[in-house]
Amino acid sequence: MTTNEKLYFFWRKTKNNAMLLFSLACLLIAVTPLVLIFSYTLIQGISALNLDFFIQMPKPVGETGGGMANAIVGTGILIGLGALFGLPVGIMAGIYLAEYGDNPFAATTRFLADVLSGIPSIVVGVVAYIIVVLPMKHFSALAGGVALAILMIPTVTRTTEEMIRLVPQSYREAGLAIGIPRWKTTLRIILPTALKGITTGILLAIARAAGETAPLLFTALGNRFWSTAIDQPIGSLTVFIYDYSKAPFEDWIRQAWGAAFVLIALIFLLSVIFRIVTRSRYAEH
Amino acid sequence: MRSIDLAPNSERKVMDVSSGSPSPAIQAALPAKMVAKNVDAFFGKTQALRSVSLEVATNRVLAIIGPSGCGKSTFLRCLNRMHEVAGGTMKGRVMLDGESIMEIDAVNLRRRVGMVFQKPNPFPTMSIFDNVAAGLRFNGHHNRKHLAEVVERCLRQAALWDEVKDSLGKSGMSISGGQQQRLCIARTLAVNPEVVLMDEPASALDPLSTAKIEELIYELKANYTIVIVTHNMQQAARVSDMTAFFYLGELIEIGETKRIFTTPDKRQTEDYITGRFG
Repeated sequence: MTTNEKLYFFWRKTKNNAMLLFSLACLLIAVTPLVLIFSYTLIQGISALNLDFFIQMPKPVGETGGGMANAIVGTGILIGLGALFGLPVGIMAGIYLAEYGDNPFAATTRFLADVLSGIPSIVVGVVAYIIVVLPMKHFSALAGGVALAILMIPTVTRTTEEMIRLVPQSYREAGLAIGIPRWKTTLRIILPTALKGITTGILLAIARAAGETAPLLFTALGNRFWSTAIDQPIGSLTVFIYDYSKAPFEDWIRQAWGAAFVLIALIFLLSVIFRIVTRSRYAEH
Repeated sequence: MRSIDLAPNSERKVMDVSSGSPSPAIQAALPAKMVAKNVDAFFGKTQALRSVSLEVATNRVLAIIGPSGCGKSTFLRCLNRMHEVAGGTMKGRVMLDGESIMEIDAVNLRRRVGMVFQKPNPFPTMSIFDNVAAGLRFNGHHNRKHLAEVVERCLRQAALWDEVKDSLGKSGMSISGGQQQRLCIARTLAVNPEVVLMDEPASALDPLSTAKIEELIYELKANYTIVIVTHNMQQAARVSDMTAFFYLGELIEIGETKRIFTTPDKRQTEDYITGRFG
C-alpha cells in the first residue's frame, strides 16, 4: 500500500470507530436512567418489604407498620377490569382495521387511535369520571377499570392491526381455499399466527395501565380499607404511592418505596406469565 | 367454443409421454366437470383474461401452461372464486357440474373445488394432524375417531403417512418443503373436494419432491378432477391428459397433451413449447 492508501484506510477505520463509539454512548445515556431507577427502587423498596407488607392492611395515621394488601389486590382488580373491557375491544378493532380496513372510516379510526394513545392520561380520567362516576354518583373500581381500558385500547388496537398485517396472505388463502368461512379463518388461523406479537402489545398496554395514577384519582379514588366490590372505591398501588410519598411520616415514605418496587415486580411477573401462557407450542424456525 | 377431445389414453403411464405409442381410441367421453365460458378477469381496470372458454374433463388432469403473466394462475383462481379474494372481478360463466359457481356459496364451492398453492403454506400454529383436520374441524366436525380416520386416509393419499405417522403432533412447519407441500395436498383432500386446483405445486421443490408430487397427481386423478398450472413443460407432459396453452390472457389452444406437445395447431404454441419464447 502507498502512504496515501494507508492514510485513507486509517481514516475510514477511524470514522467507523467514531460512529460505533457515538452509538454506544447514546445507548449508555438511554439505559442509565432505567438502571438507576430500577436499582434505586430496588434498594429503597426491598428494605420496606416483609410479610406484613403483603398481608396486612394500612395502619391508622400515626401507627407504624402495616401493609398494603388491599392496594395490591386493588391494582390486580383494576388491571383485570381494564383488560376485561379494553382487550376485546382493542383486539377486535385491530382485526377490523387489518382485515377490512381499506376505507376512509378505518383510516380515520387508525389516525384517532394514534392520537388517543398520546393523550394525557388525566384527560382519560376525567372522561371516565363523566361517563361512569357521575351517573353512579360515587367513585368505584368499575370507573377505574373503564379509565384503564380507554388507555389500553389504542395501543392494543394498533399492535393487533400491525401484527395481523404481518401474517402472509397465503395463510388467509389457504384457510379460505379449504372452505373455512372468512371470520373463522381470521379468528382460528390468522389470530393465533399473530398472537405472539399481539401479546407484546397487550403487555405494553397493561404495563402502562398498571403504572397510571392520574386517571385513578378521579375514578377508583383509593381506599384504605379492604374492598373487592367493583362498585366501591378501591385502593391501588399507584395511588398508595402517590399518597404515601408526599406524607410527612418516614414510615409511609419507606412504604411508598416498597409499593413502587412491588409494582415493578408485579409487571415483570405478569410479563413472564403472559409469555409462558401464549408461547407457541412449537419452537421457532 | 373450442371443441375438446375428451379421450385421453387411460393406459398411459406417468413417465412415458415421449414413448410415442399412439393414443388408442377412446372410451366414452365423460361429461365435463367444469366448464368455463367467455371468462374475462380483471384486476381493477387491467384485464388479465380475455374470453377464455374451456372444459375440464372429469377425473382427468388438465395442465395449463404459458409464459409468466399470461393469466394461467388467474384463470385457476377464477375456478374456485379465489380471484375475488385478491380483489379481482370476473365476467362470463364458470360451471361446476352444470351449475354456475356464482350461484354456489363461495365457502361451499371451495369445499368442492380445493386448491394447492405454489409455496407450501401449512398453518404455522398447528400440528401436522391439526393441519389436515383443520378443514373439517372448523366446519363443525369434532368426532375424534372420524377425524383420525380422515387424517390417516388423506396423509396416505398424499403419500406422506409413512414419513409422519410417528410425529403427527409435531409442527406442520417442522417437516421439509416437499413434505409440507404433500401435507397441504392432504389438507385439501380432507374436505373431500371433487376438483383439486394446483398452482405450480412443485415449483418451490427439489427434483425428488417434485417427482413425488407428480406421481401423486397421477394417483389422485382416479378420484379427483385436477387442474394444474405449471411453468415446467416436461411436468405438464408427464402428468396431464389435456393441456391448455395461455398467452397474454387468452387461451390459444387446448387439446390432448400428446398432441399439443407433438403437433400443436397454433404457431404460438409450437414456439413456446420449443422454447423460442416465454
